[in-house]
Amino acid sequence: MSVIDLVPYEEALASYDPVMGLEVHVELGTKTKMFCGCATVPGAEPNTQVCPTCLGLPGSLPVVNAIGVESAIRIGLALNCDIAEWCRFARKNYFYPDMPKNFQTSQYDEPIAFNGYLDVELEDGEVFRVEIERAHMEEDTGKSTHVGGATGRIHGAEYSLLDYNRAGIPLIEIVTKPIVGAGDRAPEVARAYVAELRELIRALGVSEARMDMGQMRCDVNLSLMPKGADKFGTRSETKNVNSLRSVERAARFEIQRHAAVLNEGGTIVQETRHFHEDNGTTTSGRIKEEAEDYRYFPEPDLVPVAPAREWVEQLRGELPELPRLRRQRLQSEWGISAVEMQSALNAGAIDLILATIDAGAPADQARKWWLGELARRANEDGVELAELPITPAQVARVSALVAEGKLTDKLARQVIEGVLAGEGGPDEVVAKRGLAVVSDDSALGDAIDAALAAQPDVADKIRSGKFAAAGALVGAVMKATRGQADAARVKELIFEKLGVTPE
Amino acid sequence: MADLIRYTAAETAKAISSGEVSAVEVAQAHLDRINAVDEKVHAFLHVDTDGALEAARAVDAKRAAGEELGPLAGVPLALKDVFTTKGIPTTAGSKMLEGWRPPYDATLTRRLKEAGVVILGKTNMDEFAMGSSTENSAYGPTGNPWDLSRIPGGSGGGSAAALAAYEAPLAIGTDTGGSIRQPGAVTGTVGVKPTYGSVSRYGLIAFSSSLDQGGPCARTVLDAALLHEAIAGYDPMDSTSINAPVPAVVAAARQADVKGMRVGVVKEFGGEGYQAGVMQRFHESVELLRSLGAEIVEISCPSFTYALPAYYLIAPSECSSNLARFDAMRYGLRVGDNGERSAEDVTALTREAGFGPEVKRRIMLGTYALSSGYYDAYYGSAQKVRTLITRDFDRAFGDVDVLISPTTPTTAFPIGERADDPMAMYLADLCTIPSNLAGNAAMSVPCGLAPEDNLPVGLQIIAPALADDRLYRVGAAVEAALNEKWGHSLLEEAPAL
Repeated sequence: MSVIDLVPYEEALASYDPVMGLEVHVELGTKTKMFCGCATVPGAEPNTQVCPTCLGLPGSLPVVNAIGVESAIRIGLALNCDIAEWCRFARKNYFYPDMPKNFQTSQYDEPIAFNGYLDVELEDGEVFRVEIERAHMEEDTGKSTHVGGATGRIHGAEYSLLDYNRAGIPLIEIVTKPIVGAGDRAPEVARAYVAELRELIRALGVSEARMDMGQMRCDVNLSLMPKGADKFGTRSETKNVNSLRSVERAARFEIQRHAAVLNEGGTIVQETRHFHEDNGTTTSGRIKEEAEDYRYFPEPDLVPVAPAREWVEQLRGELPELPRLRRQRLQSEWGISAVEMQSALNAGAIDLILATIDAGAPADQARKWWLGELARRANEDGVELAELPITPAQVARVSALVAEGKLTDKLARQVIEGVLAGEGGPDEVVAKRGLAVVSDDSALGDAIDAALAAQPDVADKIRSGKFAAAGALVGAVMKATRGQADAARVKELIFEKLGVTPE
Repeated sequence: MADLIRYTAAETAKAISSGEVSAVEVAQAHLDRINAVDEKVHAFLHVDTDGALEAARAVDAKRAAGEELGPLAGVPLALKDVFTTKGIPTTAGSKMLEGWRPPYDATLTRRLKEAGVVILGKTNMDEFAMGSSTENSAYGPTGNPWDLSRIPGGSGGGSAAALAAYEAPLAIGTDTGGSIRQPGAVTGTVGVKPTYGSVSRYGLIAFSSSLDQGGPCARTVLDAALLHEAIAGYDPMDSTSINAPVPAVVAAARQADVKGMRVGVVKEFGGEGYQAGVMQRFHESVELLRSLGAEIVEISCPSFTYALPAYYLIAPSECSSNLARFDAMRYGLRVGDNGERSAEDVTALTREAGFGPEVKRRIMLGTYALSSGYYDAYYGSAQKVRTLITRDFDRAFGDVDVLISPTTPTTAFPIGERADDPMAMYLADLCTIPSNLAGNAAMSVPCGLAPEDNLPVGLQIIAPALADDRLYRVGAAVEAALNEKWGHSLLEEAPAL
């Protein structure tokens, strides 16, 4: 592997225009596989969700999953695509040990959805339209685990373990048209597109689209052309880029790498590349010495899919509010800026905030907790916000306790910590840790009397009108009550006891 | 009880349900016959003695319990080794699957079991159903009971030979280009390729998915009809299965009447390459049908000329993809896995050793025909021819009820004669292939012996899709008239084994 000196990003963009093509695979969350009745429960023991069909045993035959087709159409409609009146599955013939039939049942020149677009919003609110070439249905392969090699890849491995639970899980492949004109924002557009697509898929309820679990996988195709040129350069295909951040980094790295090669008068090799999360670089996978010939032909074991127009229109009518429009609505309802909305989106917090509001919390409180304390915790623990062991209802309860004056902000953070630590719901944590604000005036009275007795000079100062001196007494009371008193109330009581009324 | 093996399926079922004989006695008689003659015939690749007797005992128990028996309960059957049978070896005639015991039953297998049919074992065939002589079996050829030095047809030669050798009264075949009808013709038995999509392909090891069709084989037209009704019908496990009622083929076989039917003679079948004795018996059959009250019309189907080349592009193309799964990973043969070699090398070595020459030839043909740059010229053109052939049929069936032709241009040829000449071998399916390409229904029924070699000749009857009943009306009428003329069935002229 030759080391190349990357061209600085800005310099690369001064000489070249990037052209991108993004291919996203989404695993549908259907209960059964695309062509057989096997379950799709994640994390099951290897090879327990298999049958003759998804194992490709001799004699077995596929039957199309109707929910898979419906999901594909809904995705197509949400991406503003035309829906085919008649289309077929095709066999994509190639060899790989984890592909049971050694062909993948896919679609070729007759995709179920085509010619659409997705508007994506960048950090500063600029909207960029990404044109969609097609969305088609296919099946996933099994999963290989290569053991004993240095790279985790098949070459050099001592042996490989094959799990066919994933074989036959429905996939929708969504392919963009060449994305041109993004200029220096190309990596950002790539990231925003994948993020928006993920939101869309989740809003449709067809998949959880968890990139970290491989439910959504992105290939980034990228080429550069000299500024002013209109002929695309040779592209590289960076495979399986599995987080939003990686999508952006991979595009950025490839722009710098291509520019370096081109600046030196070299030519870009059309090849598959692997992205490395650890250092943000890509390395060469296999070089496509000859164009891979998949020998596509119509799948003779399946009949054509011909969705009735009435059905398609019904599905169109039933589409949920699309994420970008929903965000626009919420942004105005919550009265926040585009940037604030974007950060809520990036944190994956929108639905959680909404659910917390539904559970009774004011919008600003719900946002404050999810984007503040909880986002920090999620970040520390390296998990998605939604994975934290706290529910929107619990967050709403904490918020209510604060509003009722039963918790201070500081105490509320301790309650949340307790919930996250599995100590129970907010009320349970308050009880167990004894965190409630001490608002019992008689209990406070004793502490105040003790403080006054201990610092008679301070009491005199207050009596003489130096109200600011009360801070020292409040501090003593807070200390005595281990911070569980409401400081404002303590102050009131001190003034009351001393018979003064501050202006 | 020696006669038991000469009963028809209908007679056997009746004898069992009436208590004249037990299903176990019938099964045992056939197992004995297999033991006596199959060393010579080699119709079977696997005889399931225990399974057959157990199935027979179940039928007897059912009868003893007073339960009603189906029309084929207790009747023995020879199953082509291309349908999966749970726990019973299934090889498709290939070394590639030697020793494989499928974990599941084909839909057809399940239906046979549910009907109380007693499956005696699995029959020999050309490897993956590719061939017209059963010589391409990895397990050695099958002899034609009329002359053991000759081929029994193929690919379902084992099933046809089992019938002609009285090893079973019923058999199952599959017909991709003639693999039921041509063996039927050259062994003097009845073979039917039902309408494509009427018998489930779930569990049928695929050769060419858009052409493969399972169907009944028997010694009489009525027996074939009884078996047809047992195995046909919609199956949600097969997407290409037709969701429509099965035509009343048993009633049609009993009707056996062609009065007023319009019968078309396909002009393109005949002439050069056709054996004189075959054509003589065919012409006599035409006259026979006329005498039985059918109206005879000559029909031209010009596109049929291109059927053979189109077939030899479509079938290999599909097979090149269907057989890609045989990679030594999950089941079947594995060669050269010494812990050092890569998966690719083991796959290559396994395929080299596991596939026979004809299978390799077709995989290569198909791989080439589907290649980018050649697809349109080969696979694409072949699909267009397929459409033209279907149109020829549609036009013909606008005019006539059925079409007829010889089933195959010649009688059974000697084993080895065409083994090194694939083109000569392919010609055996000249008349049968158009029906596979169009997906309609066709039957071969015995129509006499060719005078020059005293070997059976088959008459092919073709009906529109989903009009399979017409085959049985015509076939049964021809069978009845000829049996009456001869005073016995054709098979009774076969030499003793």
